[in-house]
Amino acid sequence: MTVARSAIATPMLPGLPRLPWLWALVGVLTLLAAATVGVLVGPVHLSLQTVIAALLEPVPIIGGGTVDPSQSTILWSLRLPRVVLGAAVGGMLAIAGAAYQGAFRNPLADPYLLGAAAGANLGATLAIAFAPGTTLIGVNVVPMAGFAGAAAAVGAAYVLGRTVTGVRNTTGLILAGVAMAAFFNAIQTFVQQSQTSTIRQVYSWILGRLVTAGWDGVGLVLPYIAISVIVILLHRRLLDTLSVGDDEVTSLGISARRVRLIVVIAATLGTAAAVAVAGTIAFVGIIVPHTVRLLVGRSYRVVVPLSLLFGAAFLVLADALARTVVAPAELSIGVITAFVGAPFFIVVMRSTRAAEL
Amino acid sequence: MSDVLLRGVSVAYESNVAVSGFDLAVAEGEWVSLIGPNGAGKTSILRALARLVPFTGEVRIGGTQVTALSGRELARRVAVVMQDPHMPSGMTVSQYVMLGRSPHLNYFGREGGADRTVVADILDRLSLLRLAARSLDQLSGGERQRTAIARALAQEAPVLLVDEPTTSLDVGRQQEVLELIDGLRAERGLTVVAAMHDLTLAGQYADRLALLVGGRLVIEGAPSEVLTEASIASHYGAQVRIFDMNGSGRAVVPIREERR
Repeated sequence: MTVARSAIATPMLPGLPRLPWLWALVGVLTLLAAATVGVLVGPVHLSLQTVIAALLEPVPIIGGGTVDPSQSTILWSLRLPRVVLGAAVGGMLAIAGAAYQGAFRNPLADPYLLGAAAGANLGATLAIAFAPGTTLIGVNVVPMAGFAGAAAAVGAAYVLGRTVTGVRNTTGLILAGVAMAAFFNAIQTFVQQSQTSTIRQVYSWILGRLVTAGWDGVGLVLPYIAISVIVILLHRRLLDTLSVGDDEVTSLGISARRVRLIVVIAATLGTAAAVAVAGTIAFVGIIVPHTVRLLVGRSYRVVVPLSLLFGAAFLVLADALARTVVAPAELSIGVITAFVGAPFFIVVMRSTRAAEL
Repeated sequence: MSDVLLRGVSVAYESNVAVSGFDLAVAEGEWVSLIGPNGAGKTSILRALARLVPFTGEVRIGGTQVTALSGRELARRVAVVMQDPHMPSGMTVSQYVMLGRSPHLNYFGREGGADRTVVADILDRLSLLRLAARSLDQLSGGERQRTAIARALAQEAPVLLVDEPTTSLDVGRQQEVLELIDGLRAERGLTVVAAMHDLTLAGQYADRLALLVGGRLVIEGAPSEVLTEASIASHYGAQVRIFDMNGSGRAVVPIREERR
């Protein structure tokens, strides 16, 4: 059957989701503002002029040697990598949360749904307890163990869910994730309690931190996060399609199982990389996509890219707060994301259409 | 050549056999309705046709075995209107209908102007254009059913499978939906296979009826041959009177014996 084409003007067919450019601009500006705050805030005062001059320093002709070398070092070696890492981790956790929510058609899904956090915690705990200070090909073994633990937990959950309940059953997969998380948490608790000398270090890792961020840390995770983000962005139309249910998706010629598998692998890869260097920072993967959804719309074509921007900005700001609230000490960033994020989320819910969640 | 052909089709859910050795041939542009009591296997046959359930036997669409087609190829040949389609709240009518263009897009593809033209045409034909930006959760029952049909039509498939299209609609909306499908069949040469509970409506709109009981085909033919008081009493266990409506089909009316 071929539909007879009418003379209706179609380019402006109402009701189709479009990326709201104003919100995208707000997201970019918020991220820039957060990054500015992130590089200015810290125990050593850096003025905006100093930061601009230091940023321009390597640029030929307009750059000059007028910046105090110690301030330049603070900016380039401490503040900037920390801001970039915070943006990458925040954006990754938020976009992974949106991806999981779409893949599982579950608004409560977050990047740790299938046990990534529990696996990362166990991997890191084992590394801290039994191989402190060890490096492997020049890289600290703790983030590598966190990455491996996260990937192993999600992989085990997927195999368990597929074996026990079948590939079409997302509830079974989620339950397998819950089971794996409980299992990994039990082992992690056992190891933690039997190695009491490392409890403080383990606990600090679990709550999440960007303290040790340097360009090495950024370089370690950015490739994984970049691949993950690109794959999820490319799937935003298909995430919308998944929302009508597996049978309808199949009748449209799309393999819901394949889409879900690719999205989950991509989101898990990026999440594992993020938690490997930043610990299991809570709440970002839930709060940011839902805030975007409440403010802008429910289509994943909108939620996915805007979650990336606002997640990045949110974590950079949370990190700036974590550094200043009890200065010169630092709070764990997970405390800030939950403490500030939860009330903010409630305000957004009260002022918008929370029924649409 | 038959547009839709089922030969020896059986469907089982674990140990429960839903359909057993089912044969049916539907010509291009024909409307065949599957009727039968609850659990007769009507929906399972539609699901086998759309390859939504594993089956044994042979299912051909346009002469090609459905098992030889990719998912996208099959979706370009067969569109399904589910009995109770899941319509996500917050999704708009045009967004939902646009999903029907999926079989015509590459995996990472985006809809273009031609797809918007198809969707706008269909929305216009089904009087849904004014509701294009409305959220699916704000639609009435009749509007929801028309939207589900519009989504299926957007696939531009020659075969339309419809599962209980009149469930939970009032009599006016029932007629509206069936007239719409019949009009589209005439306009676009659609082949329609529908599972239906309402025997009067099934007989009025279908060219042929196939009566299933316990997963087996028991009688197939023109509505006047299938809708008889004896067959309905035998297969549904129901007392009915059948009235010939002088060229407007046959009315199947349940009767109740007078209490003494």
